[in-house]
Amino acid sequence: MAKLLEVKNLKTYFLTDDGLVRAVDGVSYDLEEGETLGLVGESGCGKSVSALSILRLIPYPPGKIVDGQVIFEGRDLLKIKEEEMRNIRGNHIAMIFQEPMTSLNPLLTVGRQVSEPLEIHQNMKKKAALQQAVKLLESVKIPEAELRAQAYPHHFSGGMRQRAMISMGMGCNPSLIIADEPTTALDVTVQAQLLELLKGLTKEHGMSLIIITHNLGVVARYANRVNVMYAGRIVEMGSSIDIYENPQHPYTIGLMASVPRMDQDVKQKLIPIEGQPPDLANLPEGCPFHPRCKYAVEKCLHETPVLEPVDKNHKKACWVDIKSGK
Amino acid sequence: MENKNLLEVENLRVYFPVHRGTLIKKKVGEVKAVDDVSFKILKGETLGLVGESGSGKTTAGQAILQIEPPTAGKIIFEGKDITGLEKNERRKLRREMQMIFQDPFSSLNPRMKIGNIIEEPLIAHKLTNNRKENKERVEELLQMVGLMPSMAERFPHEFSGGQRQRIGIARALAVNPKLIICDEPVSALDVSIQAQVINLIEEIQEKLNLTYLFIAHDLAVVRHISDRIAVMYLGKLVEVASRIDLYRNPLHPYTKALLSAVPIPDPRLEATREHIVLKGEIPSPMFPPSGCRFHTRCPEAMPECSSRIPQLKEVDSHHFVSCHLFKD
Repeated sequence: MAKLLEVKNLKTYFLTDDGLVRAVDGVSYDLEEGETLGLVGESGCGKSVSALSILRLIPYPPGKIVDGQVIFEGRDLLKIKEEEMRNIRGNHIAMIFQEPMTSLNPLLTVGRQVSEPLEIHQNMKKKAALQQAVKLLESVKIPEAELRAQAYPHHFSGGMRQRAMISMGMGCNPSLIIADEPTTALDVTVQAQLLELLKGLTKEHGMSLIIITHNLGVVARYANRVNVMYAGRIVEMGSSIDIYENPQHPYTIGLMASVPRMDQDVKQKLIPIEGQPPDLANLPEGCPFHPRCKYAVEKCLHETPVLEPVDKNHKKACWVDIKSGK
Repeated sequence: MENKNLLEVENLRVYFPVHRGTLIKKKVGEVKAVDDVSFKILKGETLGLVGESGSGKTTAGQAILQIEPPTAGKIIFEGKDITGLEKNERRKLRREMQMIFQDPFSSLNPRMKIGNIIEEPLIAHKLTNNRKENKERVEELLQMVGLMPSMAERFPHEFSGGQRQRIGIARALAVNPKLIICDEPVSALDVSIQAQVINLIEEIQEKLNLTYLFIAHDLAVVRHISDRIAVMYLGKLVEVASRIDLYRNPLHPYTKALLSAVPIPDPRLEATREHIVLKGEIPSPMFPPSGCRFHTRCPEAMPECSSRIPQLKEVDSHHFVSCHLFKD
């Protein structure tokens, strides 16, 4: 498989009243064609900002991509002109946002919104694009698609809106889809419907998918590889089997132990991660996780760890070897 | 078991009228948020109430506290029917039952100090004699929920989501209640903080011998904390069983689908697990389907499901289900 996307040392900072916020601070990873990557972390860990940075959708000011490369199909997206970037967005890389209500235009019919990228990127005539939009809405299983295309977003339920968003993303047959918490606001059964749909469609068309989520279960079900983020950095990356069966970073280990699992039989006590999530404007020196880490040693207080391989394709950013405790 | 029922809910109905028109209001229909729901909670037990949005689980909780007056049905607390009580009596009742809310950001008054927030119920119910006792009790409560007594002088905005939820718990504990209704207490929190709050809720239950009605949509959390679980769909109970039975042997097709929809953080298991994907979405509670309310989405629906409303019946010991697939 060929590499579709390479993110190298990406840094996105925000200048706020509280000081400089390093939302994404030196993130590097690759994505191969046809692969599904899960980006996991809690709120404020930089997972959404790192994805928005790929599409250069960071509002300036206060945000700015200060360093790094995003190489997509051989081109550095951070260096190309805005015009070329517009041709990438929605056409080669599509994004599915968390809140379909706020990301759809309430004044335009759903059909119009789904057909718009087709007109812009595929030079389709208005009528042909609208017909194509109906087909797309059918492909995401919206009943009576022809009629529904004339409806406005507020006529749709949350799940239907997100289906419309997915059909919009699929429209131009992009090679990469970034789904930012696509199902967080939805009910479990609707969440399952949508994720199955997304997985089916990306597989059918050979698209790559980045799923951004805080839900460890969703990642286990759908992703081949996982990046775990904490305080703007990737702290562990590997195949989903590596991450779930052999987690190496104390944060990943802590996350796994803190969620109740449906397949555990007994009333096991949860082991929470102590302390509070980090304040990005006020990060501690050294490893940002050290104040909450039970394995922390002297070195962690002063030096920031970098990603080092633990195994083939499995990396962690931690000074301590968990097994030996050193 | 000789355990006594702390709370009995019998044929509870909560209907919300739907009006149309601005000047001359006309009732055009009603939303049957909770429709003929009965369950019991034993002393010291945790009953989990799960369902998706619009299932009526929050309304059921509010009806028990009489925040939302029930349209019909009985709520029996410690053997006494508490529906339609006088205002004064209802006030007294609030000492027995408290609530922990979902959103720790909107459920605390931003202009009050934490200490004042927690002591308010003490003053309202005249539980302490003087300021000194107040202060001591607030300190004790703060310590009980894992916060520092010195934090009483701070305002809500100075706290994180998890800490605010602890404050909400301290406030609920102030009056020494017997029953606490926890309405999605951890769903607004980050994953690593959820476990802290869940553990706290469990610890204080043990320490104070509390009874919980734990309302949530996250089945993994509900399973972890509950002794028994009731599943709601569109205002009706579809299944009630012990935690173990419900997860090992779900009977209602909706429960099965709900359980299979929850992904488990284990990629090997997920690769082999059967995923039941329901068609469609939860219908509007204003126009619920005839017969069994789930029949429009049910993979096992039969002709009679659209005409006859199934009743909740015990099909196994302490395992209740409301579905035509199971005959008496």
